[in-house]
Amino acid sequence: MLAYILRSLMQGLVVMLAVAFIAFSMFRFVGDPVVNMLGQEATLQDRAELTERLGLNDPVPLQFARFVGDAAQGDFGISYRQGRKVSSLILERLPATVELAVLSAIFAFVLGVALGVYAAIRRDGWIANLVMSLSLIGVSLPTFLIGIGLIYIFAVELRWLPSFGRGDTVALGWWTTGLLTASGLKSLIMPVLTLGFLQLTLIMRLVRSEMLEVMRADFIRFARARGIPERRIEFRHALRNTLIPVITIAGVQLGGVIAFAIVTETVFQWPGLGALFVNAVQFVDVPVMSAYLLFVAFVFVLTSLIVDLIYVALDPRLRSGNPAMAK
Amino acid sequence: MQSEAAIPVLSVRDLTVEFVTRRGTLRALDRVSFDVARGEVLGVVGESGAGKSVTGSAIIGLIDPPGRIAGGEVVLSGERIDNLPDEAMRKVRGRRIGMIFQDPLTSLNPLYRISEQLIETIRVHTDLSAAQARARAIALLDEVGIPAPERRIDSYPHEFSGGMRQRVVIALALCAEPDFIIADEPTTALDVSVQAQIIALIKRLCKERGTSVMLVTHDMGVIAETADRVAVMYAGRVAEIGPVRDVVKAPLHPYAKGLMGAIPSLEGEAKRLVQIPGTMPRLSAIPPGCAFNPRCAQVFARCHVEQPELIAVGDRRVACHLYDMPQSLHDASHGKPEIAA
Ligand SMILES: Nc1ncnc2c1ncn2[C@@H]1O[C@H](COP(=O)(O)OP(=O)(O)OP(=O)(O)O)[C@@H](O)[C@H]1O
Ligand code: SF4
Ligand SMILES: [Mg+2]
Repeated sequence: MLAYILRSLMQGLVVMLAVAFIAFSMFRFVGDPVVNMLGQEATLQDRAELTERLGLNDPVPLQFARFVGDAAQGDFGISYRQGRKVSSLILERLPATVELAVLSAIFAFVLGVALGVYAAIRRDGWIANLVMSLSLIGVSLPTFLIGIGLIYIFAVELRWLPSFGRGDTVALGWWTTGLLTASGLKSLIMPVLTLGFLQLTLIMRLVRSEMLEVMRADFIRFARARGIPERRIEFRHALRNTLIPVITIAGVQLGGVIAFAIVTETVFQWPGLGALFVNAVQFVDVPVMSAYLLFVAFVFVLTSLIVDLIYVALDPRLRSGNPAMAK
Repeated sequence: MQSEAAIPVLSVRDLTVEFVTRRGTLRALDRVSFDVARGEVLGVVGESGAGKSVTGSAIIGLIDPPGRIAGGEVVLSGERIDNLPDEAMRKVRGRRIGMIFQDPLTSLNPLYRISEQLIETIRVHTDLSAAQARARAIALLDEVGIPAPERRIDSYPHEFSGGMRQRVVIALALCAEPDFIIADEPTTALDVSVQAQIIALIKRLCKERGTSVMLVTHDMGVIAETADRVAVMYAGRVAEIGPVRDVVKAPLHPYAKGLMGAIPSLEGEAKRLVQIPGTMPRLSAIPPGCAFNPRCAQVFARCHVEQPELIAVGDRRVACHLYDMPQSLHDASHGKPEIAA
């Protein structure tokens, strides 16, 4: 089991290094950092000095090592455009994105599993069929359309919910939260629905098909032959076996919530990292772009690590050492 | 009024099971009838697809759609159970009828400890407390031959070998003390070296408890050693049923003769049945008259038009027109009867 976790950690590390290399390369290939920082009118003298000071004359491997070392300590350099440390820009925007993404993930997972289980158990019921048909729409409708549709209905027509921004936030240390005010909560509703909807439908369809598969397994038949009540079979014997494959796939998808957040944040003018990144792209603000890239990779690695841990917790076959047996 | 002991534990009467498919209704069981007495082991043999597993599923009420019981009845200790409501039938399963499946690798839920699965089953059917159920589970594991049961009970299924897992499956099937056990090829998936032990275990446990058994197997050696009576099935029908020494040593039905002729003569060697020339018809293409007529060496005119009923011949019952004729012909019936084709 320890070996299994160590292997996941190693894999995560390799992914992070690969992404770090891409992020590092952006500095060299997307514009000239010296020109970007000093502007076109700087003297040759100034440029040479800055080039030296930034270490751009050093061998590339050394520069990369320095980049990785700095990034590991949370130092991503100075924003070209805003002249502030990238790390503080990110910290400022982080709470908005994390609250949006985590709530969307919970919304998608909890409702997705519940609806998927329902659709599997009541396979032939009309509600289950309706839910399945609606989920097809969810799979095929682009995120921004859902967002715009919600804004039209709930902000423009009904005027129940605000169409943009986070509403009032409360500061807890450096963290700002929208969860403690009425306007903050109201502002979260539509972005969370928009961001979570696609994942919700995917998870639901996955849970349904996995559960139907598990319900055909021999051990379910044997449980029935022993007179175990049907509810117990569904929620104890089948559900846990269903969740193992679901969690692996859903975990990766939920990591993707952060990436999809760019669209949602743009539609709702949500002051999060996605919006920061879109701005950075417009102004070729390379340090911000590369830091965002690293952040997204970090989230993916972190979720897959958490997924691996949950996997170990759910599946005894992994705990006793031989991961191959779980297949 | 019959005495308690005379009522069969299980009585199957004209049981008919159909699968409704897109290409029409397939009759997997056609008026199957047999009794199992208290403490008796009934062996069930027959080619693959003969309907042995469907019979077991129908008795325990686990025919999955699109299958359904289309006729007949299943009577357990005098009480009809095939038409019980779902919840009442659930209480029969495990408590009064147990079932042992073929593959112990897939019969146990991989995510729960043996203890959890045993205690769950015991507590579903009894009023025992968790601690009492656990004590009973440990005693059962000891009985089925799991070494150090106090310790092993908290293991997961994958921590046992195939043979040990089948012992756990047996413990699970017996843990609420059913009167009747269906064992559907309980050793087919196991290593040859442990097959005999598992059969001996089932036999011993059921004998000690007076539990009746329906033992489905392809191994005629096991039938000869274990069963009291044997039913030979063919194309969803019972071809012959009777005491094991009669049916195995001197079968009457031409299909049973072919089957028994196929027993390997080498002692103790477990072999699958050797095929009789030809194959069993698919359910969608069962010929009119006797289902065995395309393969039967003794076929005659009546076999093509009339389906033979199960009729009593001495201690046994046979579904073959050869035996449905005046008594004088019975003794000569091993050869072709005198009736012109
Ligand atoms: N779900 C189903 N749908 C359609 N036909 C089925 C279904 N289940 C079983 N059958 C049919 O019922 C017949 C009897 O099957 P059954 O599994 O009882 O055979 P068996 O005697 O147990 O054979 P084996 O020795 O291979 O286990 C077969 O012809 C099979 O095709
Ligand atoms: S009824 Fe006719 S075809 Fe069928 S087994 Fe008897 S002799 Fe053969
Ligand atoms: Mg079978």
